[in-house]
This record gives sequence, C-alpha cells and structure tokens, in this order.
Amino acid sequence: MATKKEPIWIARDFSKCSGCRKCEIACSLWHENRIWPEASRIRVFMLVPGVEFPHFCAQCEDYPCVKACPANALSVSDETGAVLVDENACIACGQCIDACPGRIPHMHPTENHILICDLCNGDPQCVKVCQEGSWNVLRVVPRKDYSYGLYARKPEEITRDLVVKIYGEKGEEFL
Amino acid sequence: MIKGYAGKFLEIDLSSGKISETKFSDEILKDYVGGRGLATKILWDRLGSKWEQTDPLAPENLLLFLTGPLTGFFPGGRTCVSGKSPQSNGVVGSTVAGEFGVELKCAGYDGIIVAGEAEKPVYIFVKDSDVEIRDAARIWGKDAKQTVAVLTKECRELLHERFPQKGEWKEPAILYIGPAGENKVRTAVVAAKWTHAAGYGGYGAVMGSKKLKAVVVKGSGPLPEVADMEKVKQLIHTVCEEVYESELWRRWGTGSAGYSVGAKTSSEPVRNWQEEWHDEKSFGVDQFENRVWVKQYWGDFGCPTTCLKVAVVKKGKFKGAITDNPDYELQAYLGTNLGVFTPEENVFLACLIDDLGLCGIQTGNVMGFAAELFQRGILTKEDLDGLELKWGDVEAFAALAKKIAFREGVGDLLAEGTYRAALKIGEKKKRDVLQYAVQSKGIGIGAHGIRSRKDYPEIYSYACSVQGGDHTSTACLPLDDFRSELVMIFNDSAVYCYFNIFGVPRQVKFDFYKAVTGIELTQEDWVNNKAMKILQLQRIMLLLGGPDFKWNPKVHDDNPPRFYEPLPSGPYKGKSVEKAEVRKEVMRYYEAVGWDENGIPKPETLKRLGLEYAEKALDRLH
Repeated sequence: MATKKEPIWIARDFSKCSGCRKCEIACSLWHENRIWPEASRIRVFMLVPGVEFPHFCAQCEDYPCVKACPANALSVSDETGAVLVDENACIACGQCIDACPGRIPHMHPTENHILICDLCNGDPQCVKVCQEGSWNVLRVVPRKDYSYGLYARKPEEITRDLVVKIYGEKGEEFL
Repeated sequence: MIKGYAGKFLEIDLSSGKISETKFSDEILKDYVGGRGLATKILWDRLGSKWEQTDPLAPENLLLFLTGPLTGFFPGGRTCVSGKSPQSNGVVGSTVAGEFGVELKCAGYDGIIVAGEAEKPVYIFVKDSDVEIRDAARIWGKDAKQTVAVLTKECRELLHERFPQKGEWKEPAILYIGPAGENKVRTAVVAAKWTHAAGYGGYGAVMGSKKLKAVVVKGSGPLPEVADMEKVKQLIHTVCEEVYESELWRRWGTGSAGYSVGAKTSSEPVRNWQEEWHDEKSFGVDQFENRVWVKQYWGDFGCPTTCLKVAVVKKGKFKGAITDNPDYELQAYLGTNLGVFTPEENVFLACLIDDLGLCGIQTGNVMGFAAELFQRGILTKEDLDGLELKWGDVEAFAALAKKIAFREGVGDLLAEGTYRAALKIGEKKKRDVLQYAVQSKGIGIGAHGIRSRKDYPEIYSYACSVQGGDHTSTACLPLDDFRSELVMIFNDSAVYCYFNIFGVPRQVKFDFYKAVTGIELTQEDWVNNKAMKILQLQRIMLLLGGPDFKWNPKVHDDNPPRFYEPLPSGPYKGKSVEKAEVRKEVMRYYEAVGWDENGIPKPETLKRLGLEYAEKALDRLH
C-alpha cells in the first residue's frame, strides 16, 4: 500500500533558467506520451531572448481557479496540493484562465479541456530533468503556509522584472 | 510514410504570392534524409540544369528552411538553411540553433521552400495550416533586437485575437535578417534569438534579395509520431547522461578556447592569421566569466549542454552591449583576428555584428583582411573613407562593420566577402592581394588553423571540403573519422546540434535515427553510400559555380597562401605546411571519394551511387 504523500511545492528560481525546455519535453512525454510543447503543463516563455522562465501552476493558497470553475471540474488533491482537472467534466470555458492571477491554465491544443500542472502525483517530472542537468531552476520542497500565490503572475509581468534583473535598465527597450 | 516526419513541405512563391504544399517520396527521404542532404537534392532537381546561370541573389534562387527527422527528438534543436550560396556559388547546409524547426514540425511541416521575390518587404507567418505572407514595412531596416521585439509582440497579438480560447500564447519561433541581409551583404546571416545564426553560405543575403524579412512559426501539434517512443526516451537519456559529464562545454561553452587555442594549440587567427599564437591572459575565459557573464547556461530545445552564456557589458564605454559568451569563433574573429583582447570590446563587437545581422566569422575575416591591407599600405585611409584600421581599434572596426552592413563607401566593396573583395581590390591596385585572403571557395576559413598541426583540421581539410572554409564540415581521411565531412553531413541532414554527440558512442545517433524513423542505418552505409551521394552532388554544384566565377580544382583545391608561410611566433614558431605535401594529400582524398586527378567525380563513382542522373552534368565541368 502506498504511504500517504505530503503536499509539496515546486520552488522556482527563474533567473537560472537556461531555456532548454527539457521540462516541457518531460511533462508532455509523461502526460501525452509525445513531445508536445503546447500540451505541456509547464511552458517556458521567452518573450525576450535570454529571459526564459517556466510558467506553471503556483498552487495559490486560495485556489481561485477551483472556485471559478462552473462545472466542478477542478479540485485540490489532498495528497499533493495540486489542482486536478476532471477532463470529462471540463467544459473548456476558460473561466479558470481569467480567475488565475497569472493566466497560467491553458487549453489543450486538440482536446476539449484545460491543462493545469498536477504535480505528477507528487513526483514532478520537470523537476527531475532540471535537477539531472544541474540547472536547479526547479526543486521540490514541502508545502508550508507560505505566500505561493505571489508566483502566479502573467508572462509579461515576470518578463518585465527579469529583463531588468538580467540586462539592467537597457532590458526595458526589448519589451 | 516514414515516421519522424510531418510528411509535407510548404512551398511559397513570393513573386506570385502562391502558397502550396508538396511531398517527397519515401525513397528521396530515405536517401537524402532532410536538412543539408535534402537541400542538395531539391536544389539539384530544380536548379541543376541551369546552375551556372543562376544568380544566388536573383529571384530564381531558392531559399530552403529544412528540418530533419531527428529535429526536436535528438537533444539540441536546430534548423537547416540552404540554397545556392552567394559565397561559394555551391550549396552550403547552414544550421541555426533554436526552436524554429520544432515549431515547424509541430505545425505539420518538415520544411519551407521559398521561391521568387516579393514586391515589397514581407514576412511569412505560419500558424499550423494557416500560412500568410504579411507586410514587413514597419520592421524593414530594423536591427535584430528590434525585429525580434516587434514580431514577438505582433504575432502573439495575432494569436490571442484569432485563438482567444487558448489562454496565454507562448511566443512563436522567428528566423529573421538584419540590415545586412536586407542590403544583400554576402556575409549576412539568417538569425534567431538575437545571437544564433546560420552563418556559412551567406543566406541572409538570399533572404534579403527575396525581400523576406522573417519567417515566424507557431505549431500547436505534437512532434510527429515515431517508430519506437520507448527507445527514443531511453536514447535521449543516454545522450544527456554522456553530455552531463562534459565539463569543458557545459561550463565554458567553446569560450575557453579564445585563450587556449591561441596559447596552447597555436591555431587561432591573430591579426588576419599573420600569427596563430598569443598568450593574452586578458582574453582568458575566467575574465569573461567574472566580468560579463550574467547567465552561465543558455541553450535551445532539449539541449543538455546549454553551452551558450549570456554576456552583458556593465560599465565603461561599451556599457549595455549584450550577446552570448561570445563563443570561440567570435572570440577569435571579432577578437584576436582584429587584435582585440578584452572581453568588453569583444562583446561590444559581437553585439553589433548580431544587431546588424552579419556573420561574425565571415565579417571578422574580411575586416581582418582589410586591416592587413591597411597595415601594408595597400589600402589607405582615403580608400577606407577616412578610417584608420589599426589592429585593436575596436571603434574603427565597429564603424567598418556598419559600413559593410549598409554597403556604404568601402563597405560596399567589403560586403562582397573576402574573396570577391580581394579580386576587386587587386584589379584596382594592380597587384595580387589574394595572398592575404584567408578563405577557401569564397568562404572565410573557420578559426582553426592547420600550421601547428595541433588542432583538429587536417592540412587538406579546407582545400577539399565541399563547403570551403566551413570549420563544421572538414574533409578528412579516413572517411569515417569523426572529423570527416561525410560523418558531419549526418548531423546537418538529420538536423540536430552536433555539440551533443561528443563523447557519445557513434552508433547512438544511428540508433536514434532508427528509433525515430524505423529505418536501419549503419555508419558504413551512411559514409559509403548515402553521405557520399550528397557529397558528390554538392561537389558537382560547387564546381559548376557561376555566374560570376567558377572554381578550378587544380588552382582552388588548395590552402590560402598564408598557410604556407611559417608561423612567426609561439611554441610552433617556424612550422608551416608544404605545398607538395598538401597536393599529395589532396590527391589521396580525391581517390578516396572517387574523383579523378582533376578533382571531378568519376562517372563510375556516380554510377555506383545511383547518381546516373547527374552524369550528364560532368560534361559541363571539363
């Protein structure tokens, strides 16, 4: 019998991201058995070259996406703390996208349901590949009472911060 | 249909605006694979009969953007750009790193074949099967960073407008040209992500001649189905495990070589190859790392090496310059070759070259050539529009690079590349300046010299290569050596980054090919048959040449004169290569690849390879 899992969080260190997109490959292989960047639950954005970062669910403390779902298709896993999508119940209305402060959920390219990180049932594949290559952008940590929702931000907002961190003031010219 | 391929190619005629799809038979794909190999076949079939008359910068030329079956699967994504080269008048399979090839396959296409010439500047936007030719007036004239910023914003807005149900759209992949390509500079690149470039071949000029500013692609599908997904997953792991052990390229990229190839192997171009040795510790990789790197690991789709490093100049005159590392080739060609030995100056020049859309290697080669002519008093300050082109004067070289990109004054002459510029200057000055041109077949030689014999190229590598001075495609015996052009053709045809095969057992790439396509392939079959076929076709088209000139193997299958001068300094002082020895090796290479004593493919060689269709063209070579 499987032991009870502890809720986890994926700590993220954006400025170390190499843009290798191995997380997208691992995620789509795990969930779709294909290499499929647009169906990956974690997506690397590169709105400015050199300023890549992974964009994926932050498991906000108040789970606004779950609350916004009109079809009861979203739930929170007791075991891992992940948002789970009931693919049959999902009506692909996109209300969870609007409810998410980071507009992180996105629609499956061919199926009629939303994509949200499910933490791979407690063993996130993206973290594994990021660690194997020692980039260490992603790391699994125990979920605590921290303000994780702060990380649910739009790609443009994250880019705006990182571009200055990496390139200095000049970075703003590239937005 | 063979697995691993999307199964169709886009055909876009910019003259008529016609967009259609085409397919190639399984036999063609089995034989020519993709990328460089398939480009060679397409160009032969469509332009071969009129090759000599085809001006690379006229609408008749084709511009090819091709993936290969391993693109996206083998770690380290790339795209192959080809066409008739405005540098060599032959075919160069020029590859550029990035996500473009992956996006294209995910959009359902293995490649794009562009013909004709648009009336006004345009760009191509591909979103899955929606393909359109769009106005590029507002980005024509813009530099690399501005172009990427505008297109990223514009195309994401289009995606959000047209497909709002998706949520947030990731940026599409972009290949573009800078001002240099627009102005048909023969040392212009097809670029991606500010700093990545398909440099060898000069295809930026071809793109500019078609008034095509960029190609933008978003593919929302998966990569094509493969023959054995479990095996593919396992092989990705095998490749990555090997690469993770590579301290050299993971840690420093090729950037540790800016010091060591000069100081240790003594094979780095210094002041237009007048020397190949330096011991400038100011150019050590530690200085780059500690002073300008802001990101140590930067890479492209699926790459375990992430050999690029993002560099920013933080203070001083060149504050705000941004580029990658630079890598070894640009440390050499925009550093030591111009007498520049500090990271900040090198980053500044590399940044400018990127922004202008120039090739760092070819432009560094032609600027070094011009500076030596200035040193020797052959080109005067007046000839150079008032520039004093002194070694190490980074601002003078920056001014010259801009003149080249915009074809202003003397820049118009140098924009023709080293070989053509040398012919013109020689005519004007009534003396031989080709002796200072360090190139082969119109292509400036990569930054790895042969005189010390401590670097990887052989003394005949550049002389015999079907891609001239290209350091990523060197002729080498035995033909199955890891440095052999025939072996390298696989990387450029299956289309992935060959930096991820070092240290990996050579069979792995063929295992990978089988896991993706389902087709068995051995090194022996590849080298002796398939790659050999591609090589022969490339050789024939290189020798057909035209329209401005034609190579004569007796004269041009040779090293640049500089390589016969003894090294003047360093641990290998006095070493050089002997002309007679090179000639002997060239003949040995001819024999191995089935060429006659004049360097022309023998009819029986073509017969053996099933290239009877190319036999008739041999008459045009004699």
